[in-house]
Amino acid sequence: MSESGYGRSLRGRVAVVGVAESDLGQVAPGLTSLDLCGQAAVRALADAGIAKSEVDGLFTASSYFAMAGMDTAEYLGLRPTYLDGSNIGGSSFVSHVLHAATAIEHGLCEVALVVYGSTQRSDGGRLVSPTRPDTYEGPYKPRYPVSMYALAAARHMHQYGTTREQLADVAVAARDWARLNPAAFERGPLTREDVLSARLISDPLTTRDCCLVTDGGGALVLVSAERARELEANGGKAPAYVLGVGEATWHRNISRMPDLTVTAATDSGRRAFEMAGLAPADVDVVELYDAFTINPILFLEDLGFCAKGEGGAFVEKGGIAPGGTLPVNTNGGGLSYGHPGMYGVFTVIEAVRQLRGECGERQVAGAEVALAHGNGGVLSSQVTALLGTADTL
Amino acid sequence: MTTDPNRVGAPEAPPAAPEPQAPGAVYQAGLEAGELRYQHCGGCAAAVFPPRVLCPDCGSTDLAWRTSAGAGTVYSTTVVRGRDGAHNVALIDLDEGFRMMSRVEGGDPAAAAIGDRVGFMTVRQDGAAVAVFGKPVEGDVR
Repeated sequence: MSESGYGRSLRGRVAVVGVAESDLGQVAPGLTSLDLCGQAAVRALADAGIAKSEVDGLFTASSYFAMAGMDTAEYLGLRPTYLDGSNIGGSSFVSHVLHAATAIEHGLCEVALVVYGSTQRSDGGRLVSPTRPDTYEGPYKPRYPVSMYALAAARHMHQYGTTREQLADVAVAARDWARLNPAAFERGPLTREDVLSARLISDPLTTRDCCLVTDGGGALVLVSAERARELEANGGKAPAYVLGVGEATWHRNISRMPDLTVTAATDSGRRAFEMAGLAPADVDVVELYDAFTINPILFLEDLGFCAKGEGGAFVEKGGIAPGGTLPVNTNGGGLSYGHPGMYGVFTVIEAVRQLRGECGERQVAGAEVALAHGNGGVLSSQVTALLGTADTL
Repeated sequence: MTTDPNRVGAPEAPPAAPEPQAPGAVYQAGLEAGELRYQHCGGCAAAVFPPRVLCPDCGSTDLAWRTSAGAGTVYSTTVVRGRDGAHNVALIDLDEGFRMMSRVEGGDPAAAAIGDRVGFMTVRQDGAAVAVFGKPVEGDVR
């Protein structure tokens, strides 16, 4: 496919006008993943000032329901004219932003709801996953998914001299941001030494290199730019315009990833920046899917914020922490804010809030362009979204 | 089926077990025979693994079975640590140009290092032959 002019006609045509989380962390006993979808949907629609009866597009994915679109539509009481249950793991919900924008732009729906919920922590703290071991990997009993990311981390360390300390600094930066976010699950102090001395799960990654296991849900409401301006003129919050989104999927299983130090974010990022007509230097705040500490290092390189191999040095000693070179994962990320199975929707929620200036102590001053990046599977599927304020149109 | 020895006329030869044709079955039959099989693409010369019905590089269905010499290099390695102990998981780049997940056997699961030369062997696991790798003695890499 020629990528000349990839998606340029979509730039700025659709906006996120509502965002919300459900209850987070450890939710009340008995709440289900659909209950959390319901909470997040109600709150996001209230945030947008739009009635549920107007929702005609539904975009969702779940670890609980193979046909989550139908289960979720039924629970929410929706009869969507446009239903997308694409599940590409944690990146699904960033991908849904692109799919929703496309559907709205073509008049296939007018009000799109992207929604997710999981009670993974209440379910016993184990990953709820529909994933079955691959025939050719299963006999070796890797611990899914941490061993796959451990293999990538080990290779990055071997090839580029990335250090255990640099990986630890990713977790420390996330915690330092989380300490500024009242909604974050882990807000106690965390040092590099704490990360290094934590129990090894799959070498070289320790428990502190791994995301949290929490309950939680999130939702986004998207409408056309015209509708977004009407809402704002009537007292609604500032829209976050969709400037560019790129998707890329290269593999499913880690043994089929050609180079464990280069992810499909090289493609998804290039597509998103091309649609937006922007470059990494234009981005004020970055929300990356940090399931493991190696992820932000890989994605910062692959999205063009630093050269390949220099991600370790980029994140070292507070480079992405509050007051650092680049604000990354300002909510505390999957490592310290929360990670209910699939984290992608939360990257978009935080990006929108930063553009609105709603983030209190953790607010990045004057944020005009935000990047939200989703990761799915085992570095398998990458989706990058660029959102901007009205001034970026 | 059984052949009745009292049956009049030439007894039918018992039907030979059909050669496995499904790509996964051919591969597993190789392991059971102590061979590491992979596919070679007649269209673009790619080494194809895991087995399938088309070349993921060029799309050709002209795939021929070959047997690896079994020599490879550790591309990456980890030690999975759990309540039941620790075991190695590694990605091995075979010299013929394909990669597979496996484990490096022989003592300390943390001893395998990226770049190590390793050699194929099979072990029985859960009733089936499984491909694993051992450290070859120096100069013994095929």
